[in-house]
Amino acid sequence: MQQTRRRRPIYWLGPLMPVLAVIAALIAGAIMLLLLGVNPLVAYAALIEGAIGSPNAIADTLVKATPLLLVGAGICIAFRGGVINVGGEGQLVLGALSATMIAIYLKDLPGWLLIPLALVFGFIAGAAWGAIPGALKAYLNVNEILTTIMLNAIAIQLMNYLLSGPMMDPVQITQGSFIPQTERFPLAADLPRLVPTRLHAGVILAVIVAILVWLLLWRTTVGFRIRAVGLSPKASRRAGIRVERYSMLALTLSGALAGLAGAVQVLGVNHRMFTDGSAAGFTGSAGFNGIVAALFGQLHPIGTIPASFFFGALIVGANKMQRVTQVPTSMIIALNGLLVIFVVSSEIWRRRLARQKEMEELAATLQPVVAEEEVNPA
Amino acid sequence: MISDLFSPMVIIGILASGIRLATPYLYASIGETFGQLSGVLNLGVEGIMLMGAFSGFYVTYITDNYWLGLLAAILVGAIMGLMMAFISVTLKAEQGISGIGLYLFGLGLSDLLFQVTLGTVKTVSGFPQIHIPILSDIPVIGPIFFQQNLLVYGAYLLVPLATFILNKTTWGLKIKSVGQNPAAADALGVNVTAVRYATVTLGGVLSGIAGASLSIALLNVFQQNLTSGMGFIAVALVYFGGWRPIGALWGSLLFSSVNALQLWIKTLGIPIPSDFATMMPYVLTILALVFAVRKVSQPAALTKIFERGEG
Repeated sequence: MQQTRRRRPIYWLGPLMPVLAVIAALIAGAIMLLLLGVNPLVAYAALIEGAIGSPNAIADTLVKATPLLLVGAGICIAFRGGVINVGGEGQLVLGALSATMIAIYLKDLPGWLLIPLALVFGFIAGAAWGAIPGALKAYLNVNEILTTIMLNAIAIQLMNYLLSGPMMDPVQITQGSFIPQTERFPLAADLPRLVPTRLHAGVILAVIVAILVWLLLWRTTVGFRIRAVGLSPKASRRAGIRVERYSMLALTLSGALAGLAGAVQVLGVNHRMFTDGSAAGFTGSAGFNGIVAALFGQLHPIGTIPASFFFGALIVGANKMQRVTQVPTSMIIALNGLLVIFVVSSEIWRRRLARQKEMEELAATLQPVVAEEEVNPA
Repeated sequence: MISDLFSPMVIIGILASGIRLATPYLYASIGETFGQLSGVLNLGVEGIMLMGAFSGFYVTYITDNYWLGLLAAILVGAIMGLMMAFISVTLKAEQGISGIGLYLFGLGLSDLLFQVTLGTVKTVSGFPQIHIPILSDIPVIGPIFFQQNLLVYGAYLLVPLATFILNKTTWGLKIKSVGQNPAAADALGVNVTAVRYATVTLGGVLSGIAGASLSIALLNVFQQNLTSGMGFIAVALVYFGGWRPIGALWGSLLFSSVNALQLWIKTLGIPIPSDFATMMPYVLTILALVFAVRKVSQPAALTKIFERGEG
């Protein structure tokens, strides 16, 4: 094989890319603010103060980061496995709905049983909502981006139906106000609070889950196979990996963690489920922002931890920025979009470095199997 | 009651609104067809539609001239199309995720601009209905086909026009060759980058018009997240239609008719929960993707990055 001379890869630049992307997005945001006649320094100062300026602000940031981290850890599994899951919103809603059903229909159970049961059901419901597009993608070759988007819309309608019908708070019906929400869960179903703020135990769970996802992906055979399928389905198939099974598994696990995020959200923050008719009304777009956080964490579950806290801070701080400068919080959505674009665009450099490294690792591991196959063709 | 659904008045109503409501899907999905045939999946259609809808509405509101509004939507669509082309062709970014980024950008920015400039939901007088003389007086058919506004007629004219461009012109052949085998097209002297820039920008323009068709022709209002997922459906319709404009037409009509049916179910108070009625089109799309797509294979180079001298 002809050896072409390559420029020496700049290894330190890889991890720096997200930071550069943030700086670029902040500059773009500053230009937007200037165009709106707002001093960017004042706006950003308000944003920072709103995010980390007091113990309560920090607690709120951590609470907002929790669903992002859970969804983001799942996104790491999906994207590493070569499936693009943009169905986080729907999976989160389904997870929250199932946890809600446990909490209101089995409300007499003691907390030590009720909470784990609700979390497990949230996990399972999200897994089911991820398994559908996973199976369609793996076995029927149906584009998973499109099906997950459609399943988001279906989940929202299901939520609207259940909350304005069978699951509606009986008080809403007797009072005749018909607000589409459930009754408040029993106190036993509340996730324990950590300090006297809104901070709940879900944040610890999310960090543990992220670490478990890291162990899964880099320390187990299943995880190795998921990553192998994501890097090269062809080589994986030649090495005897059942590609379909692992890409379906990646999307299912990704959905499961989004479902868990929904369960944690209702048990830890809202203590009831409600809807304003849209997905974002309940999820706060965590299903999409989780993707942003995972990309920002370089699709590494450990990297996703600080990334989620960063985006949690951005969301919490945006409210303060709106109060101080009257700049609508939707600016943060626009900036998140730009960040995704910047991070994905800068991938061109990072990918070359990382892919080279991983392919070498993969090749080294698959080599014996492939070689054996070539010696003894089946 | 259910029998009301089959009265002539309701059926005409469903068909007429189905034909009207197909307009944004048609513009967006035909635009996306061009991009995908050349090998670029633009998932940001929804964001471009929202920006087109806002800019079209705002300019119409300020100038009271819907033609200027349309022009604004075209320009904004072209700019966002160019952005996507730059991201996916020049920077060679992963197309699915960067499209989601473009969507979030358009969603946030359109709402930001809306809140800063207008603040509350307002209305404009957009493209008026055009009664085509004589034809519009035909009973039943007249109101369905010949009492629509200019953007609706434009959407339907686009179908034969796009079919002609794709099948009978050199440019159309270039587009398809670039989407099937960019390396071969490149070797034959086709400028892959230029073709993809052109198709993705055209897709942006048509998505911008799609958004404007909602805000200054069909609904004449703008509000946060006006398109509520139509852009994503338009992308699905391209698969549904097997990458042919005529296929996109059938898909758009099917989708908009089910939508119209669902509105009538609500209006007539038929005892099907309206949430399930709203769900129907999405379930239908998934089924369509499962069953319709499998017969036609997608452009071979769709979402694949083209590097000169590789492969």
